[in-house]
Amino acid sequence: MLSKKVKLRIVILALSFLLAISIIILVLQSLEKNLVYFFSPTEIYNRSDITLNKKIRVGGMVKKDSTKKEKNNTTFIITDFKNEIIVSYDGSTPNLFSEGKGVVAEGKLKDKKFFVADKILAKHDENYMPPEVNDILKKSE
Amino acid sequence: MLKKIFPNKILSLSNKVLANLIILMSFIIFVGLIYSLFISPADYTQGDSVRIMYVHVPSSFIALGIFAVIGTCSILNLIFKIKFLPLIAKSLAPIGIIFTFISIFTGSLWGKPTWGVWWAWDARLTSMFILFIFYSAYILVWKFNKDFNQANKISSIIAIIGLFNLPVIKYSVDWWNTLHQPSSITFTSAPSIHYTMLIPLTIMFLGLVFYALIIFLMRYKIEVMKLKLNKKKINK
Repeated sequence: MLSKKVKLRIVILALSFLLAISIIILVLQSLEKNLVYFFSPTEIYNRSDITLNKKIRVGGMVKKDSTKKEKNNTTFIITDFKNEIIVSYDGSTPNLFSEGKGVVAEGKLKDKKFFVADKILAKHDENYMPPEVNDILKKSE
Repeated sequence: MLKKIFPNKILSLSNKVLANLIILMSFIIFVGLIYSLFISPADYTQGDSVRIMYVHVPSSFIALGIFAVIGTCSILNLIFKIKFLPLIAKSLAPIGIIFTFISIFTGSLWGKPTWGVWWAWDARLTSMFILFIFYSAYILVWKFNKDFNQANKISSIIAIIGLFNLPVIKYSVDWWNTLHQPSSITFTSAPSIHYTMLIPLTIMFLGLVFYALIIFLMRYKIEVMKLKLNKKKINK
């Protein structure tokens, strides 16, 4: 059915694929620190390779009732429901920033529990619905 | 319709059939845009800026889908050496790169009001940028190589290497921490998009697929004609 030439080409291609996939997986695993856009509070807490006073990003959920707004400064807590970290930011937060929603803070780690941000990004989830549906869902909680 | 993919049939694709397809496609997109921009609701967090989704998401799907077809044609061509396969791939590539650009551009417009930034080097956005690079390399190889067989070989290898980027794009939001949110439409679970938004999304996807198909048919016909003309020149 398949000629010898064709069979040989298929075998060579299949072996090249396997080789390529293994190389890619190895490369991606070793590059992991650069591939993540942010670290979670738990990763900040556990990892020993994150240095203080170096520009990194922390992401997670804004903890409810943790936002404090002063004159030109906002402090809030980022949580991943296992660990949390205090974030201080000089400026006003973006429109979609709200408690109970995702956030990414870019800045420097002062210590494992305190982060000084120079940029705040709002992260939204994958749910899309009209406000009325959201109200109904919230009522039934 | 599928029979028309084979070279001797595509040449019989008349302008009348194309005109009808264009009318159908225009109607679908018109309905889709009315639905997307006016009838569908605003989002509970994003408000009206969610409406960019109706162009951004279909474009992203199409950009990836077209590259998957190009990659598949390249693999099949390397194994079985069927002449019209590189013509299909060559015709699809410019369409794919346009949709990649639309995806990135609309995504950027969407990112500023929602995330607060025009761009971020997270895994999803970076891998889409890499897709753009692969499309560019693929197209340029065909453009700057006068020898059909050499262009075919090099571009096929570029396409096959680029195929590995596709699962990275798709699963980047699951494998790593990214700014871009996880998938709302997956193979394994129900969509997390409300049906009032899913309907216009599907209509726009259908309309844009039609658009891609029409452009493809026009390009493919020209490519087949070019090949036959070149064959005549060589035989003279």
